[in-house]
Amino acid sequence: MNKFWSAVLGGVVAFLAWKFIDWALIHAVWQPDSSTCRAAQGACWGFIAEKHRFILFGTYPYAEHWRPALASIFLVLLWLLSAWRIFWKWWLGALWLAGLSVIGILMWGGALGLPYVENERWGGLILSLLLSTFGIAFAFPLSILLALGRRSDMPVIQALCVGFIELVRGVPLISILFMASVMLPLFLPAGVSIDKLLRAQLALIFFAAAYLAEVVRGGLQAIPTEQYEAADALGLTYWQRTATVILPQALRIAVPPLINTIIGFFKDTSLVVIIGLFDLLQTIKVSLQDPAWSGYGVEAYLFAALVYFAFCFAMSLYSRRLERR
Amino acid sequence: MLGVAWYLVSNTLANLEERRIASGFAFLWREAGFEIGEASFQRYSASDTYLKALVVGLANTFKVSLAGIVLATVLGATVGLFLVSTNRLLKAVSRAYVEFMRNVPLLVQLLFWYALVTETLPPPPEALQPLPGVFLSNRGIFFPLPGSAPVLDGFNFSGGLAITPELAALLVGLVTYTAAFIAEIVRAGVLSVSRGQFEAARALGLTRGLAMRYVVLPQALRVIVPPLTSQYLSLTKNSSLAVAIGYPDLVSIANTIINQTGQAIEGIAVIMAVYLTISLSISVFMNWYNARIK
Repeated sequence: MNKFWSAVLGGVVAFLAWKFIDWALIHAVWQPDSSTCRAAQGACWGFIAEKHRFILFGTYPYAEHWRPALASIFLVLLWLLSAWRIFWKWWLGALWLAGLSVIGILMWGGALGLPYVENERWGGLILSLLLSTFGIAFAFPLSILLALGRRSDMPVIQALCVGFIELVRGVPLISILFMASVMLPLFLPAGVSIDKLLRAQLALIFFAAAYLAEVVRGGLQAIPTEQYEAADALGLTYWQRTATVILPQALRIAVPPLINTIIGFFKDTSLVVIIGLFDLLQTIKVSLQDPAWSGYGVEAYLFAALVYFAFCFAMSLYSRRLERR
Repeated sequence: MLGVAWYLVSNTLANLEERRIASGFAFLWREAGFEIGEASFQRYSASDTYLKALVVGLANTFKVSLAGIVLATVLGATVGLFLVSTNRLLKAVSRAYVEFMRNVPLLVQLLFWYALVTETLPPPPEALQPLPGVFLSNRGIFFPLPGSAPVLDGFNFSGGLAITPELAALLVGLVTYTAAFIAEIVRAGVLSVSRGQFEAARALGLTRGLAMRYVVLPQALRVIVPPLTSQYLSLTKNSSLAVAIGYPDLVSIANTIINQTGQAIEGIAVIMAVYLTISLSISVFMNWYNARIK
């Protein structure tokens, strides 16, 4: 009986796989020609071929596309280096600072003979990568403070941290993004305005900090009380004890769940499309509005799925390798 | 701290005055003036109040969340058991499913399903009929109900149970995405029960299925339930992505109201209050449950 069901299952899987390959490869159209696409039965990858520059780089000036491309490569390289244990030294921070300044110069320009490009024109993949990178870079230190605050003896600080963490974790990310895009401008004095990108970035930082704080708290809770007592017995102050004894151990324990939270956060940055930022999904949506190429949403979103999958799956393989050690 | 709060509040009041936006919730009793694609469990028309529109959105959120939770649990538990099965093919297929679903943003998946329904299904006159009386078309999915079967009436079907393309895409997306996470939780739960328990049940002469049902699963449930409730909570929060494909849930209706009236603070306060109430009730339930099983 079991063999029979295995055979049935094998048949179904093979049939579906064949159907998919037939659609996605055999009958697919690869050249960017919309009339061939309309006539074909298979997938229209010509849409991606035609629009890939816009999808990846958004409204960035066409002649300058090499700049976001190079910046994306730098950013990914920085992440790859940071994943390597032998690079976990003090100068990694300095390397990041240098790398991000180079990326800033590349993207904004206005120096070294590069024409200036205002950040309203940034878009596509680099925007998603930058939003997640800066989101994590600022959210991580904030999350450590929040986690320490949540375990603090001072009732006011504890209540504020608990309140913030539970509030942010209790509501959907969209409502926080809406808050940043429509409510934040009301809080500022007349004449002061923060641009849309920065507002979304702030919302993402607060959101990530609340989730990361809970992971850091998990690491802190895993440290036995003897460690605290031993540090106190040595006469260390609170900050000395936290910085030299508790945090190094707690963060080490928390690395695999931290990476899982980072993966989730990277996926969540795709939501900025809802408040109208030009990320990878928004450029795809705009491309689909071209009358010559409308109706290829299935191909377009499969392409987006593959891009996100490549990044997220790589990170999750890495986190699993760390866990096995 | 108080100084900062006072500064923000005074700025906000000045801004509101300048933009001629009245603060407070009085606008809720004004006429909404916009149509809503679908209203669950009640009638709604454009002449109803904003309050009524929000209630319709809330009902839609509840409908899609409850249906999503039930279906995701069934699918997730099934895939989770496949992940620990002895059949290699079954295991490989479910592993591939879980990995793919978990590593692609839900929003991308929702847009994909919406495109699949609206672009690849035929228009109602040429609707697919996979089962007698069930119709798949780009205007929605139609099921027969006792006493009322869907019939083609002009350009669309009438009668029977209709599921709009928006609801179909949202439900399929939420269910298949959350099920992947539930599957991993179920797998971890089953693996947490020591192998001796299963072997002892087999030695008593129970079949594999019965041993799983009566010995392993009841013990695994203890490990499964806490993370499962947090998945239910995130499914409910994720249903707010409905705004991206145009399903009228609470968030997308509140968003429409904010755009119409400019009452951003009140609109966002409503969204946050509703979700915080749901989150807090679920965590109260969780604490009660944890105290009970200890």
